[in-house]
Formats: sequence, C-alpha cells, structure tokens
Amino acid sequence: MGLGFSLVAVLTLVLIALGGVGGANLQYLFGVIIPYAAIATFIVGFTLKVLGWAKVPVPFRIPTTSGQMKSFPWINHDKFDNPDTTGQVVGRMLLEVLLFRSLFRNTKTELRDGPRLAYGSDKWLWLAGLAFHWSFLVIVLRHLRFFFADVPVLVQAIEGLDGFLQVGAPLLYITDVVIISAVTYLFIRRVIIPQVRYISLPADYFPLFLILGIAITGVLMRYFIRIHVVGIKELAMGLVTLKPVVPEGIGVLFYIHMFIVSTLRMYFPFSKLMHMGGVFLSPTRNLANNNRRQRHENPWNYDVKVHTYEAYEDEFREKMKESGLPVEKE
Amino acid sequence: MKLYDGGKIITGLVIFVGLMLSPFILGMAKPGEKPDPKTDTPEIQEMEEKDRKCVEPKEFMRTSHMVFIDSWRDQALRDGDRVYENSEGKEIDISLQNTCMKCHSNKKKFCDECHNYMAVKPYCWDCHIVPEEKEGGV
Repeated sequence: MGLGFSLVAVLTLVLIALGGVGGANLQYLFGVIIPYAAIATFIVGFTLKVLGWAKVPVPFRIPTTSGQMKSFPWINHDKFDNPDTTGQVVGRMLLEVLLFRSLFRNTKTELRDGPRLAYGSDKWLWLAGLAFHWSFLVIVLRHLRFFFADVPVLVQAIEGLDGFLQVGAPLLYITDVVIISAVTYLFIRRVIIPQVRYISLPADYFPLFLILGIAITGVLMRYFIRIHVVGIKELAMGLVTLKPVVPEGIGVLFYIHMFIVSTLRMYFPFSKLMHMGGVFLSPTRNLANNNRRQRHENPWNYDVKVHTYEAYEDEFREKMKESGLPVEKE
Repeated sequence: MKLYDGGKIITGLVIFVGLMLSPFILGMAKPGEKPDPKTDTPEIQEMEEKDRKCVEPKEFMRTSHMVFIDSWRDQALRDGDRVYENSEGKEIDISLQNTCMKCHSNKKKFCDECHNYMAVKPYCWDCHIVPEEKEGGV
C-alpha cells in the first residue's frame, strides 16, 4: 500500500511540474517562488525541530554500548565503543557520522530447519547506505558550481575527481552511477525482504522515490535530454543574489528536477530524514559513559525536603542523652 | 525555554544555517556577470548572411555541442571518417581546428566565456593546439 501510494505521489509531483511549466508557463512559480519557500521551510523547520529536541532533558548517560567500559587499568578499555572522555566521544561520533559504524554491525536473522535460529553478518545494507550517502553529499557539493560566481577550488576538485574516468562528454560522474545503483538496491531490499517490507510505510518509500526521481531527472538532464545549463546558472545566481530571473529556453525537465528537490526540502524537517540532525543528538552516541565517576543529576527532580540524621540529632540530642541513647556528637 | 546542552546545540545549528546560507551570503558579496559569448569574429562577419550559421541549429549546439564534438572525435579518429552530413544534407569536414575554430576564431570570448562561468574544463586542448586569438582577444 505504502509503495503504491508513494509512487503515485511522486509521479503526481512530476506531472504537476510538467503541467505547471510545460502547460501553464508558470516558470516563475516553479523556478523562484517554490524554491524560496522550500529553502525557508527547510532551514526554519530544521532549526525548530533541533531546538525542540534540545528542550528534552537527558537525565542519565545511557550505557548501552558494545564494548568494555573504562575500569581497572589492567582491563582493556574499548575507547570508541564505550568512550570515557569528550575526545573519545568525538571519535565515536566521527566514525558514526562518516562511516556508519553501528550499521556495520548489522546482522541478518534466519530461521533454519530444526527449527534453529541463525545469525549472520550482513554488510550490504551498510555498504549501500554508505555509498548512497556519500554520493549524495558529493552531488550536493558539485551543485555548488551553480551558486558561486567563482566556483571554489574544493568544488572544482571534487568535480574533477568525480569525472576522473573521462567517459564521454559531458563527463560521466561516478557518483551518478553509484547513487542510482545504491538507491535502487535499497528500494529492492525493502521490497523483497518480507520482514522489511512488513514494517515499511509510505514515510519510507516516499523519500526513496523522491531521491530516485531527483537522481533520474538529473541524469537525464546531463546525459540524455540536455538542457540550457548556462541559463540554469543564471537562474540559480538570481536566486542567491535575491534578484530572481527566469532565463528563456530552460527545458521543462529542469523545473521538474527543481520541484522534486523543493518537495524534498520542504518534507525534510517533518520526516525521518531529520536523522541528518538527529544523529548528532543521539544520547546513545554522543554521551561519554562516565556514570560511575561523575554524578548526573536528574534535571526534572523537584526539591525534596530532607531531614538528615545530623539535624535529627541536633534536634533531639538532649532527650536522647536523657534516655541513654548513644549520640555521635556530645 | 530551557535547553539542555544548549551551547553545543546552538553552535551546531549556527554552523548548519551558515553553511546553508553561504551561497546567499557569498553570492550577494560577489554576484558575477552572466556570460556573453561573441560570434562577431572577422571570419563570421565576412560571410554572407545566409551562410552565417553553425553546422547544426543554434539551440542544439547550445545544449549538446559537447556530445556532438565528442561524436565527431570518435568518427574522425576511431573510424577514420572525416565527412559529416548535417541535418540539411550538407557535407562538412570533421575538424575542430579547420571547421569549428575557423569561424569561432575567438576561443577566449566564445568557448571560455561559458566554460569559465560554469567552471567546466573540457580537455579539447590537451591534444589540440590552442588557436591564436583573432577578435576581442586579451
């Protein structure tokens, strides 16, 4: 159900842009107004979501980790699985954000004859996930050439490396091949593994199809149905200098691409895609496991009125002495 | 509004928003100029009005010249066939130096104008000799 619904939703988006620009000539709406609305929604929505998370107290260091915590000097401490200092936490976060370390531990479970439950290593999800995320990052960075009058050297270097195979003209980008393969794999995996399919919702399929749609329209524009690329940079520069222009003769395919990208940006803060910000705020990842060395006070504790033994004795000392009870202070 | 670890989170958010807005900030500081490739070389101006056109229509060349030239390269160098029949049925000599650059003798004001704007570095001139500038050169 979720699959069909999401596919129809994305195809409808394509048709809206096709009709809006190809039929009704709403270039200004699809090229300027919607992109501005999308970037505003993205930034404001993202910020509010993170601030909302920041309001949630974290009462305790969550020690569910998969390595030996710092203990006696003669017991090996697993620094990145069970960090003790901020530096080690930074190490764990970097490994998590850049290499998806916890996904590397992904296992598959099978019920075999017997019946017997079997577990095995399953690195394909990690590999496809990593390939997809890194290519997406490279692709986003490559697109910066549309937004800077002097394209930064770093962006040019990334582009040079990406096109380094020198296949065809315009040069084939490695990341274009990788992202489409990886997203396709992630989609097929979701559909053919029964357990994964069972828990898949429209919220899982929809972003997958959006991203696939973005990649396909991008690839079509570069390699197959070419568009007026200089016009697109003029449009992009108009947007970032706040003097929007809509040059003539940009193909409708560009507006479809832009519309799906805008949808993704607007959808972002309200969806599971917020794991982009969320990974940095995961208590199981970003806190040092130092519960035994440092006192962490529960932030929602109210003030408890206590009556210590010391105060009790002060209050009743004379009476205690009279009845022969021992006291700590004379 | 009480934030927990507010300092770190706000720092992260400021970096995020800064990165997202950096094209706007830098774009406002340096908007750049849109390219204006020139087709007014002496060779083109000497031509008669009716001959003053590229081997294929302008719209096609604007979006697809790279694919077109690449296919010329393959046809001439890999198949050894240097004759191209264009969409009007005219036979044309396949040659970057002798056909393309004969009219467009202003590489800097024609090729480089858009290529620099788009930060594209085609590797034509790895093999071909960069032609002398004739019109509007540096």
